[in-house]
Amino acid sequence: MNAGERLTDANFPAHPEKATLEGKNKFLGFWLFLGGETVLFATLFGTYLGLRNMHLDGPSGAELFSLPLVFLATMLLLTSSLTSVYAVLSLKQNKVRSLQGWFLVTLLLGLGFLGLEIYEFIHYVHEGHTFTSSAFGSAFYTLVGFHGAHVLFGILWITTLLARNWNRGITLSNAPKYYLFALYWHFVDVVWVFIFTVVYLMGKVG
Amino acid sequence: MATHESHKKRSGLMDWLTTVDHKKIGILYLLAGGFFFLIGGLEAVLMRIQLMEPDSKIFTGELYNQLLTMHGTTMIFLAAMPIIFGFMNAIVPLQLGARDVAFPYVNAVGFWLFFFGGVLLNLSWFLGGAPEAGWTAYAPLSTVAEDTGVDFYVLGLQIAGAGTLAGGINFLVTIINMRAPGMTFMRMPLFTWASFVTSGLILFAFPALTVGFFLLMFERVFDANFFNPDMGGNILIWEHIFWIFGHPEVYILILPAFGIISEVISTFSNKRLFGYSAMVFATVLIGFLGFMVWVHHMFTVGLGPVANSIFAVATMAIAIPTGVKIFNWIFTMWGGQIRFSTAMLFAVGFVPTFVMGGVTGVMLSVPAADYQYHDSYFVVAHFHYVIVGGLILGLFSGLYYWYPRMFNRVLNETLGKWNFWLFFIGFHLTFFPQHWLGLMGMPRRVYTYMSGQDLDGANFVSTIGAILMGAGTIVLLINIIISASSKYATTKDPWDGRTLEWAMPVPTPEYNFAQTPLVRGLDALYVEKTAGNGDMTPAEPVGEIHMPNGSILPFILSLGMFISGFGFIYSNWYVAGAGLGLVLITMFLRSIIDDHGYHIHKEEVEADIKGGRA
Repeated sequence: MNAGERLTDANFPAHPEKATLEGKNKFLGFWLFLGGETVLFATLFGTYLGLRNMHLDGPSGAELFSLPLVFLATMLLLTSSLTSVYAVLSLKQNKVRSLQGWFLVTLLLGLGFLGLEIYEFIHYVHEGHTFTSSAFGSAFYTLVGFHGAHVLFGILWITTLLARNWNRGITLSNAPKYYLFALYWHFVDVVWVFIFTVVYLMGKVG
Repeated sequence: MATHESHKKRSGLMDWLTTVDHKKIGILYLLAGGFFFLIGGLEAVLMRIQLMEPDSKIFTGELYNQLLTMHGTTMIFLAAMPIIFGFMNAIVPLQLGARDVAFPYVNAVGFWLFFFGGVLLNLSWFLGGAPEAGWTAYAPLSTVAEDTGVDFYVLGLQIAGAGTLAGGINFLVTIINMRAPGMTFMRMPLFTWASFVTSGLILFAFPALTVGFFLLMFERVFDANFFNPDMGGNILIWEHIFWIFGHPEVYILILPAFGIISEVISTFSNKRLFGYSAMVFATVLIGFLGFMVWVHHMFTVGLGPVANSIFAVATMAIAIPTGVKIFNWIFTMWGGQIRFSTAMLFAVGFVPTFVMGGVTGVMLSVPAADYQYHDSYFVVAHFHYVIVGGLILGLFSGLYYWYPRMFNRVLNETLGKWNFWLFFIGFHLTFFPQHWLGLMGMPRRVYTYMSGQDLDGANFVSTIGAILMGAGTIVLLINIIISASSKYATTKDPWDGRTLEWAMPVPTPEYNFAQTPLVRGLDALYVEKTAGNGDMTPAEPVGEIHMPNGSILPFILSLGMFISGFGFIYSNWYVAGAGLGLVLITMFLRSIIDDHGYHIHKEEVEADIKGGRA
């Protein structure tokens, strides 16, 4: 079968994302890539933990962070992870319109999260907490900013993916791509859970 | 399959710029890495000329610092790693019985990123001076340097490092998913095993370096304060991050050499490798322990006796699996019918040389003793014994061994022996006296010394040795040039090989195996030579072969990174943005243009088989 051909309910494989060797390779390669990303974020977390109290004359984390705002951002991102699960469930049932719908919701929630983060950063800069104001500032914006850049990249990714495949149904060629995006999005979400804990909660009480 | 036939045949330069064939990418890696090896070697010889006599004033101060920084950086990142990737590309898919690597396109991206990163770094020589903070770029030396040298270092290596990470993931997936039928993990040749473990180390070590380079770049380009104590920063963060990457890097380098040595010693002793499963286990264990020893580079920092002791014990423990390997190589030769080809000479020379580097390694792992050795020529002698005496001898061995498979020519054995003896004697002459220099108190990274301190003789001998090593390398170059004559055309199996890469005709068909082979045991080809008809049994009928299309996009993507690197170095945000924009556009094009590759028809494959070409 041609990898670019629209799958029908009759020939739909149990795991369309792993039905070809290319799909299998992408699936495994992407898991490994996420392993590397874990080391990347672990290094950033380590740096942040080493420098988080070095705010000098500027405001400390406890003074800056507003938990209601961060909680809202967390909820947006966690929900977007859930909607991407629904999209993958649709993928496995060959329901392409439902897949597109759920990924669009994921995309909108991601945009909402990014908007809140930009608002938060602008607010902090007005409070005197900038990238160059102290080691804490540099470490904070680098860690949280790397995560934000991952969200932004994910948004560009799913936008391109949806637009390119809008009228093509689910194929053996695009099924792994949808699936990999969902994996990526979960990973970004998990990183955020750690940021919420290590940066915001520990910053408030630790 | 009509929709798949969009294949364009390219030739000449365009073929090399667009290739996604692992065999060609292997050659590209080897050529580019070899070129940087010559540059790094030249830098070494210039340093040795400066140190030949006391109070010499040929390359002093800043220029000497630039030479030593660029020598280390070039040799590690731009020579050793790419040459290793060259062999991995050329050989691993063949040893597995695979048609290509898992991600041919990403493979090309990896090569071009390395290439452009290396070019960017080396352009610093012509654009305001090379970096001068040492290959380790310790803060604050690297953060306060005013000229652009360190900017070239951090951006050039960041780009090259991204390519390496992509390559690591590619080989992990290739080895896990694309083994031929019957090629179980415990039947894989040792070089493939070593490539597997090395790729795993790359995956978990390089992202730490990526972050380290981002922090250093942000510090220099965007005035961040990670390493600036005045603003609450901490210079030790750089040292930890660098060595959390840096120590696994040592094993990333040496494990493939272990793999090459295992292949060569087994082939030229006409015996299967002694203790194969112990060798595999030792390789994995070395890889695992390699992540737990980084603080031994920082014993004198003052992390306290508990931290130093734990890391000392972990470091000493690595000597055990390494010792297992040494004994297994000796026992492989024991009772074998040894043929001393050039490849074998390098492999046999490797064994005692590497042991000497290992012994000084264990000496250095004792923190109390390390306080004496630290930052002296003793350390320089140690790591050159393991990297040159270990890795480089291994790479020379691999070059003579696999040259026929990669280039369809054999290298001249007489010149090869000149190459070996000049390089081997030159090596020991260069680095053995440096042990004494270190013990007598000569510090590393210092451009001169005064006479009358008993340092003159050993330094003089060391420089003579370096010139011999250079002469040995020149013999290799001559050998490569004369091998181009048709007199040196090879047969498909010049060494009576044991593994799958010797099972197909020369030149290797672009699809490797016309029919995926069936592997019936360890040393798959040798099994067929003794228990079969000498050829691999096919595991599938002749059929259409699916091939990936070449693409210029990897080249353009890497060019975009190169351009953005310049933008960041000179703080020109338009150029930086344009470069990154080019990268994003390339990624966008790659994702919207459908490219399912093309098929080689069954008739063509059958014709190749009939004509002896497959």
